[in-house]
Amino acid sequence: MPQSELINLSRRNFLKAGVVSGTGLTLGIYFGSSLAEELTSGPGHASAELANQAQLEPNAFVRIGTDNSVTIIAKHIEFGQGTHTGLPTIVAEELDAAWDQIKVESAPADASRYNNLHWGPYQGTGGSSAIANSYEQLRNAGATARAMLINAAAKLWEVSPESILIQQGVVLHKESNRSLKFGELAELASKEKIPEKVTLKSPNDYVYIGKQAARTDTASKSNGTAIFTQDIQFPDMLTAVVAHPPRFGAKLKSFDATNAKKVAGVKDIFAIPSGVAVLAKNFWSAKKARDALEIQWDESNSFTKSSQDILNEYKTLAKKPGATAYSNGSVDEAFKQANETISASYEFPFLAHATMEPMNCVIQLNNDSCELWYGSQTQSGDQFAVAQTLGLAPEKVKINTLFAGGSFGRRANPTGDYVVEAANIAKASKLSTPIKLVWTREDDTLAGYYRPLNYHELKAAVDATGTITAWQHRIVGQSILTGTAFEEMLVKDGIDSTSVEGAANLPYSIPNMHVDLHSPTLPVPIQWWRSVGHTHTALSTEVFLDEIAHKVGKDPVELRRELLKKHPRHLGVLNLAAEKANWGSSLGKNRGRGIAVHKSFNSYVAEVAEVTVNENRTFSVDKVTIAVDCGIAINPDVIRAQMEGGMGYGLCATLSSAITLKDGYVEQSNFNGYQVLRMNQMPEVEVHIVESNENPTGVGEPGTPPIAPAVINAIAAVTGKFHHTMPLPNKLA
Amino acid sequence: MVSLNINNKDISFEVDEDTPLLWAIRDEAHLTGTKYGCGLALCGACTIYLDNQPIRSCITPVAAAVGKKITTIEGLESKESQAIQQAWKKLDVPQCGYCQSGQIMSATALLKNNKSPNDNDIDAFMSGNICRCVTYVRIRAAIKEAAKNLV
Repeated sequence: MPQSELINLSRRNFLKAGVVSGTGLTLGIYFGSSLAEELTSGPGHASAELANQAQLEPNAFVRIGTDNSVTIIAKHIEFGQGTHTGLPTIVAEELDAAWDQIKVESAPADASRYNNLHWGPYQGTGGSSAIANSYEQLRNAGATARAMLINAAAKLWEVSPESILIQQGVVLHKESNRSLKFGELAELASKEKIPEKVTLKSPNDYVYIGKQAARTDTASKSNGTAIFTQDIQFPDMLTAVVAHPPRFGAKLKSFDATNAKKVAGVKDIFAIPSGVAVLAKNFWSAKKARDALEIQWDESNSFTKSSQDILNEYKTLAKKPGATAYSNGSVDEAFKQANETISASYEFPFLAHATMEPMNCVIQLNNDSCELWYGSQTQSGDQFAVAQTLGLAPEKVKINTLFAGGSFGRRANPTGDYVVEAANIAKASKLSTPIKLVWTREDDTLAGYYRPLNYHELKAAVDATGTITAWQHRIVGQSILTGTAFEEMLVKDGIDSTSVEGAANLPYSIPNMHVDLHSPTLPVPIQWWRSVGHTHTALSTEVFLDEIAHKVGKDPVELRRELLKKHPRHLGVLNLAAEKANWGSSLGKNRGRGIAVHKSFNSYVAEVAEVTVNENRTFSVDKVTIAVDCGIAINPDVIRAQMEGGMGYGLCATLSSAITLKDGYVEQSNFNGYQVLRMNQMPEVEVHIVESNENPTGVGEPGTPPIAPAVINAIAAVTGKFHHTMPLPNKLA
Repeated sequence: MVSLNINNKDISFEVDEDTPLLWAIRDEAHLTGTKYGCGLALCGACTIYLDNQPIRSCITPVAAAVGKKITTIEGLESKESQAIQQAWKKLDVPQCGYCQSGQIMSATALLKNNKSPNDNDIDAFMSGNICRCVTYVRIRAAIKEAAKNLV
């Protein structure tokens, strides 16, 4: 379905929508030039007119118009992971709508209707939960609308509801050869009582789920018409850029804007809590003025350590026991009786999310409210943070959620950092015109909120038969959740569950296990990064297991099979990936395979990497075979895409990326320093989905964790050497 | 006042001559399909054509484009671009979509120069375009699909 049909607003309507901006779900976009084409695509674009056409609105998620459109109101942001395809797939299934009549609209910020059911009274997207928490909710939403259409038709035709069926958006009474489209019945159906209970389909009758419904956003994302925050333009809008402190903890002392104010197009320059803001008529004027500012920073309280200092402190800390995250059996006793003890340590750098679209936000202050347009990932948190900043009630903060150019966790900032910055600019400006805050790539990379630097130590005891009798795992890293809205739910007895996830619940049958955690505090802002704790725990546990297999002379797949007997879904993906990758067959000289299996966000993924190690010790990852069990596959091609991309995102951290601090200064600011995966590094990818009728689970993140250990294990299969420091060097040791 | 020809239309606006073409296209011509990603020609999101040659508009000053023909994603009309866009749709290439205008501009330029690129040709030509969602596998496949459909 082309996006132009998805949101089929003419340019004229768009300009009109701009005028009524501030009501309903309206989004106004201004095109001041005759060159402007109809840039009308993207979520959050419903006009007042469209809303008025709605005739059947049985719940907060479905609206059937007299124009025969079926609008799905998506409570989850679309930032690439496919929610604007997956959520409508579920509704269309139970409604029996035709796929080409589906439109998608972003829900407003309203946790009373659009909360994430996994998160309590909180609206937001994350933890690979969009489909998982919406599945039953949207099946019911679709089935309710379906029942009302059928009941209306039954009354109109004076036949029993049971004799009516719906196929591809057409309501049919076959015996009398009568049929009506949804749009023709919408008004009548809206007068029907909303049924309290509806019958859901049997999965055997699914026509969309498990099949392939085309993405709803491909067309607009292939012709430049998809609208992101960066693309919002209002007639009198100003652009803001901010000069931020050079180190974490530094504060503004004073600034001289004399030269900056000489730049054409500059409207105002003022201090805000996070730095010095420049307001100008466009981005380039604002940026030039920022470059011309003379700023004195007070760095007396700034953080001045280097990454190496932090790592050294973590290594010292790791000599002492931490808070116990998991304990079973008697580890000490087992080590005393061990035939052999194996140990290893693993080092992980800070990582930036580096979304393609840097952080940005459009805000407009009104008399007693404000309105925002941006890729909001955690509407409830942002609404609260902006309300606090502006002294408003949260419901007075209206959020229009747009497409976002990637997030990988970044836009779900626990403090709403860049959104609050936009609110502070609007507040200090005392203007009621819209303001677009734009971060440059440098602002985005230097701002912190990184995946924490982590240090892991593992030790295993092995008996004379080569069986693992004890496993000790110590993790040192900053707690992500402490101090956030999620602390109460997910931090218990000093253990941040996201610091140890994937390690404290290791599936392997080992009689004596102990996992503990140190959570030092640092002024470096940190945040969840695609798959969160699993980014490091999958690597350390899965590489360490291979190190043990190597030492005791066992095949890595065989060893995992022995240890996973009680975990059929782990075994399922392990065996599927191994089989599809021809595990055990020879790849020839200088080539090898490595495997890793890891459960995250209730999904199971195994990945087999094939590598070539060249004579000069450079290497390449040639192919990755992925097996995933995520319950029932709502949209298999979206799942494949998330496995390809999730794996690729993890491969990027394996091969290329690191944020490092030197005397407190972040050493990378753009894609020259912060290296990311490029096409010439991309392996061939094969994805296999396990058939399942279990409830659907996450796919956005689970593809990421297994790739780093799979690659390291594959390299070791060729060279015999396991690498312990991320990212891997260009030339292997 | 600077006058430019964008997608076969002449347009004039008040910007400094050192303004990167990207920001003139976005903020003055209001053509927002061309994206800002890095500002240093490192990511390819801002790729446009200057006299039919792909360039990074984020480091090209408007002064360098005066008297030349500028083509943005909104102005694509060649048979190669249509084949590319159809293949992008068939294979559902985009995820977040932010880099895809740049990817499509580069991919179209590749097909104009090379009727049947192999993986190495594609990797060599496309490695300047970053995709953080890592849609590279599908970009490769879609370029080959488009090439096949052009024969």
